[in-house]
Amino acid sequence: MTAMLNVKDLRAYYGQVQALHGLSFSLNEGSLTTLLGANGAGKTTTLRAICNMVRSTGAIEFEGKPIGTRSTENVVRLGIAHVPQGRGTFTNMTVEENLQLGAISRSDKGAIGSDIERMYEHFPVLKQRYTQQAGTLSGGEQQMLAVARALMLRPRLMLLDEPSFGLAPLIVRDLFRILGKINREEKVTILVVEQNAQLALELADQAYVIETGRIVMSGNAKDIANNEDVRKSYLGY
Amino acid sequence: MELFANQVLAGIATGAIYACMALAVVMIYQAIDHLNFAQGEMAMFSTFVSWQLMQWGVPYWGAFVLTVAFSFLAGIVIERLLFKPLAKAPILTNVAGFIALYAIINSVAGLIWDFTIKQYPTPFGSSPFLGSQLISTHQAGMIGITLLMLLLLFFFFRFTRVGLAMRAAASLPESARLVGINTSWMIALGWGMASAIGSIAGMMIAPVVFLEPNMMLGVLIYGFAAAVLGGLSSPFGAVMGGFLVGIFENLVGTYIPGVGNELKLPIALALIIVVLVVKPAGLFGRAIVKRV
Repeated sequence: MTAMLNVKDLRAYYGQVQALHGLSFSLNEGSLTTLLGANGAGKTTTLRAICNMVRSTGAIEFEGKPIGTRSTENVVRLGIAHVPQGRGTFTNMTVEENLQLGAISRSDKGAIGSDIERMYEHFPVLKQRYTQQAGTLSGGEQQMLAVARALMLRPRLMLLDEPSFGLAPLIVRDLFRILGKINREEKVTILVVEQNAQLALELADQAYVIETGRIVMSGNAKDIANNEDVRKSYLGY
Repeated sequence: MELFANQVLAGIATGAIYACMALAVVMIYQAIDHLNFAQGEMAMFSTFVSWQLMQWGVPYWGAFVLTVAFSFLAGIVIERLLFKPLAKAPILTNVAGFIALYAIINSVAGLIWDFTIKQYPTPFGSSPFLGSQLISTHQAGMIGITLLMLLLLFFFFRFTRVGLAMRAAASLPESARLVGINTSWMIALGWGMASAIGSIAGMMIAPVVFLEPNMMLGVLIYGFAAAVLGGLSSPFGAVMGGFLVGIFENLVGTYIPGVGNELKLPIALALIIVVLVVKPAGLFGRAIVKRV
């Protein structure tokens, strides 16, 4: 398997404060990888650095192309969809407008309508509410909408920042089931950042654990889930 | 009663112009969170350009279309050259930039076309509209052009992809970039459109206030009053505010003794202060709550 995303020696800064201290990792094409770690470990910063939303140094290659100097919107246009923390929903627009915005950088306008229909199949609840203002949706529905909006890009790689945050356990299960399905059926490579390590390790095939801006553990998700020492020291369950 | 109807209709006609200026101000405010003090001067300069074109023999509507196109491009150029570099600068730096722009455009217009007052033509004539003494054909034309423009803007923002992208960039820039929208160019486009809207307002009001470099000063203050009254966060509110301010201005000038023409402008300023004290978000705006 070839590496789709290659990150080498990534360092990121918020003003004078360094948040990442030389992170290196890679994602295989078609994989579902999870990035685990405690609060403040640098998970969100890693995703933001990939999309150039935070000042960083190091090498980031996507499908062989260096993307470190591209603007956020030009990284996205390569096919990297990012579902940010807090979902980034356009709350004063309708559900359907949110989905159309997901596809706004695509040039194949004809296919957008059928893609929206496909999203309604993945997430039936969105279909019932397509004329509703997105801000009136529940937290779980907004997370579904955020994932659907990201998929409207027809991404090659999807980055998800704590999709389980603030959601009821049943809804999280449902969401993760859909993510697995999208990964398998639509061949979208997925990197999901999570605090809910147990659930994320069930879903993922690869895992990285980071602590204070460094990778401290990597490997097969099952191995990490079965390693009691790792679970106790880093994952807290 | 006829006086009342007459004043209300005249108020709607000038209110249409205030609505345009308020809308232009709000469009830029939504994009960059600053009030464009030079909006009126930009409109004035555009109006002079159209006048110059007519002096060179271009027919009215030809000059009108060329001027709108020129203003659109000029708005984009101003944003790229002056305000894009200031995007991350403090508020006061931006305010200084706007004041500089105001002074520069005002002086350059005076240099090119001097400060004498000029007649400006109206394509609608100024006879009574449909034989009624209530409103002139020019006033009816002002209202008609404004409503047509508002309708086109509504369709643009509601039903086109670029309009959707502009709305997204104005409401949540970071999310907009994450769906691949070039928010920087959306801001430039907003400047272009605001400038074009202003030029239409300038060309419509010029037959009433006459053409000279300071013609838009009062109009812009009414425009600000309209934007504040309707709510700086709401383009629809800005338009409604424009019409309300126009009607209010005329009724106060007619019925409150001692106000007359001289005190009309302070009334607009008083209105700004009252709204900011009583209902800062305006009639149609949403109060902005920022997490800290």
